[in-house]
Amino acid sequence: MEFRYLPMTESDKQMMLETIGVESTDALFADIPDDVRFKGELNLKKPANESALMKELTRMAGKNANLKEYSSFLGAGVYDHFIPSVVDHVISRSEFYTAYTPYQPEISQGELQAIFEFQTMICELTGMEVANSSMYDGGTALAEGVTLSTGQTKRSKVIVSKTVHPESRAVIHTYAKGQNLEIVEIDADKGITDLNQLEKEMDENTASVVIQYPNFFGQIEPLDKVNDIVRQQKKTMFIVSSNPLALGYLTPPGDFGADIVVGDTQVFGIPAQFGGPHCGYFATTDKLKRKVPGRLVGQTTDEDGERGFVLTLQAREQHIRRDKATSNICSNQALNALASSVAMSSIGKHGLRKMAVLNMQKARYAKQQLEASGFPAVFSGPFFNELVIKLPENVASINDKLLESGIIGGYDLGQSYPEWAYHMLVAVTENRTKEEIDTFVKELGDIHG
Amino acid sequence: MVNTDFPLIFERGKKGRTSYSLPELDVPEIDLASEFEDSYVRSEAPDLPEVSELDIMRHYTALSRRNYGVDSGFYPLGSCTMKYNPKINEDVAKLAGFSHIHPHQDPKTVQGAMEIMYDLQTSLSEITGMHDFSLQSAAGAQGEWSGLMMIRAFHEANGDYDRTRVIVPDSAHGTNPASVSVAGFDAVTVKTNDNGLVDLEDLKRVVNQETAALMLTNPNTLGLFETEIMEMAEIVHGEGGKLYYDGANLNAIMGYARPGDMGFDVVHLNLHKTFTGPHGGGGPGSGPVGVTEEFASYLPKPVLTKQDDQFIFDYDRPASIGRIKPYYGNFGIYLRAYTYIRTMGAEGLKKVSEYAVLNANYLMRRLEQEYSLPYQQHCKHEFVLSGKKQKQLGVRTLDIAKRLLDYGYHPPTIYFPLNVEEAMMTEPTETESKETLDGFIDAMLQISEEAKSEPELVQEAPHNTVVKRMDETTAARKPILRYQK
Repeated sequence: MEFRYLPMTESDKQMMLETIGVESTDALFADIPDDVRFKGELNLKKPANESALMKELTRMAGKNANLKEYSSFLGAGVYDHFIPSVVDHVISRSEFYTAYTPYQPEISQGELQAIFEFQTMICELTGMEVANSSMYDGGTALAEGVTLSTGQTKRSKVIVSKTVHPESRAVIHTYAKGQNLEIVEIDADKGITDLNQLEKEMDENTASVVIQYPNFFGQIEPLDKVNDIVRQQKKTMFIVSSNPLALGYLTPPGDFGADIVVGDTQVFGIPAQFGGPHCGYFATTDKLKRKVPGRLVGQTTDEDGERGFVLTLQAREQHIRRDKATSNICSNQALNALASSVAMSSIGKHGLRKMAVLNMQKARYAKQQLEASGFPAVFSGPFFNELVIKLPENVASINDKLLESGIIGGYDLGQSYPEWAYHMLVAVTENRTKEEIDTFVKELGDIHG
Repeated sequence: MVNTDFPLIFERGKKGRTSYSLPELDVPEIDLASEFEDSYVRSEAPDLPEVSELDIMRHYTALSRRNYGVDSGFYPLGSCTMKYNPKINEDVAKLAGFSHIHPHQDPKTVQGAMEIMYDLQTSLSEITGMHDFSLQSAAGAQGEWSGLMMIRAFHEANGDYDRTRVIVPDSAHGTNPASVSVAGFDAVTVKTNDNGLVDLEDLKRVVNQETAALMLTNPNTLGLFETEIMEMAEIVHGEGGKLYYDGANLNAIMGYARPGDMGFDVVHLNLHKTFTGPHGGGGPGSGPVGVTEEFASYLPKPVLTKQDDQFIFDYDRPASIGRIKPYYGNFGIYLRAYTYIRTMGAEGLKKVSEYAVLNANYLMRRLEQEYSLPYQQHCKHEFVLSGKKQKQLGVRTLDIAKRLLDYGYHPPTIYFPLNVEEAMMTEPTETESKETLDGFIDAMLQISEEAKSEPELVQEAPHNTVVKRMDETTAARKPILRYQK
């Protein structure tokens, strides 16, 4: 059997074995003791040729209901947004996608500069002074923010609002267990964090307060009021998880006094792809730059005084500091950060607000139409592009019916908030047309009967 | 004066220029501002680029030309397994039925995706000899941490709260001790002996009732197979500790040996190394974790299983360490790994390891003529040279690495592992031809000659790259981490 990724010919192999001074390649594996040697053949499917495999996998892909064939009102942290064509053309350049981490700056200026630009864009969006080169995703970026805050304040209690994405909260709990942290969750009141409860929970052992903006229900949390409460305790840090697209319209968390802002740039140029890879971002203040997890790119000059870029402040990182590193992260999401950079460049300074506003306008149109059909929004506060509605039967069975009409319905809130069973979180992005929204509302009304 | 020959994206374009094409506003427009307090409406637009679509393509094309990937040339970066990234993988990952599916869709609408994940779990279990796999970890380091969290949960479930220490070899990758810390353990180092293997006597000395686990790569970071692995397993298991396998080096032994047969309890793999998920300039990766039956109940949740004919996500896992990542991990990377495994099959994967080891040994034997080789036995998929002979001539390993750039090669990993002086860790991978290896050997031998005859040529390298050596000291002392007008 020939394998197209293995170029060695039989005569090459013989010459090489001769140079090495062995008879066969088996001799090179003779150091594997007999009792651990694998003697059979691995039980895997037979090798498949390119055309047969492509055909088979295309058929597998066809088994999935995809967001381009259905009209989707599903969000809850992952969104169907417009992706400019340029994005895929850039990230398909193999000088980018087949490269390793840019540890050799002389031959990696392209990647390094692209990351430096990404860091700049994240600072611009969030209103923060420093951003890193990316994290795995918004959820783990949030957990890293929590870790930074407990290390920095030498405190072990972290207050997290229940309006933060349930899966991000679950990730925080897992990380907290490793570090023996106490996580206290604050209830929601009318779709936003219960500020009275928050105030009561604040104490001198509170390392940080974690808020999402817009929150999981789509509502806009009052960051100014939260910040006032956070500042009642000296040293307590304010961590905000934020959908960066919303920051095209909303005042950025940095302006409200956030110490750490994290989130996911999936909204910019990254397809949903069943939940990953997406791209976490991590932004903070200048004061905390030496505590940041992961890679940072800095500007410098070469021996001739030419501008260039390098990985910097590496004394924070695992390959230098080992068990004392600020995080264990090594691989990050560089290629997706590049995709988001390209998308942000394409949408640009003028398009960003337009795109955010399109989401808001269409979501409000959906809200009006839903209300008119007997599905009023449950929360009345300011929101971005998601709203919660109450349904007469369970969300899963309604979604089954919607699917028959070519619609992927919203998120079943009862999955993660038992008290919100029969409630659907509806996301409306700029990709939804008036016609799609009208059909969605009509179908819901018909089901309601 | 800033050189603008290679402008930043912010220095391109012009005020007022755009390249977006957004869907139209096809619903009646309403007044948004009345809904918000003024202080919540952004007063100043973020300073994103103002460029045309062509500006964007020119910019990123120029950047790509200032970058170096496996498709550009030979990339023998030790421990990173920089093998060829097959193109069919990329095509598969772009199919709309895979790239445009939402993680919260009803599982019955994504059975094709789930079947691939299930098959991949099964294949990885077979390749490693483990009982079960969770794909969720985003990268190797996250795999290490989640594996250690499982070991912690296991000990705690047995009421064993005093097992606070994890042993790592002195040659271990930095993520190992870092992950140990994040999981709430203390790292303890075990020494390497004169043969480049874990020192069994030292292991016996550091193992005790506080040992939670030993973390190991096999072959190890020096590219050498830990021949006494069964004895090590006995020592650690004998004291109640567990064995963790860092799969960074699995490319050396596929079809020849399996961590599950060596006594390892928990393993992680790097799909972006062994299984051709591209490195992407630093990520995304994927670091699935495999376990023995004893550990299956601790796997991160949700666990993907099969019930009758349907694939489901099982959340009812009371002993699970919990969720480690939103959704189900880096699915896009699973597709690439799965496509690769299906392309190669058992026969192909064994050949992969055969040729990875053949290439490394050939390179090692040719280069030991001029470079010091601290460990003499056959290597596996990689080997570590020492530049100490050249250092005596005033030429350091860093200089050799920079000189290789002039010859058009990505250098080996340098100054790692830490226990070899002036280390050059070299991993050619199986996808390189003999001609490529010979070209690299010629360059390395030439550099060795230059070190003797014209050391400044090497010391001052690189000469042909788009920039020269960077002032990293100033970069760290006065960090400039973002563009400012």
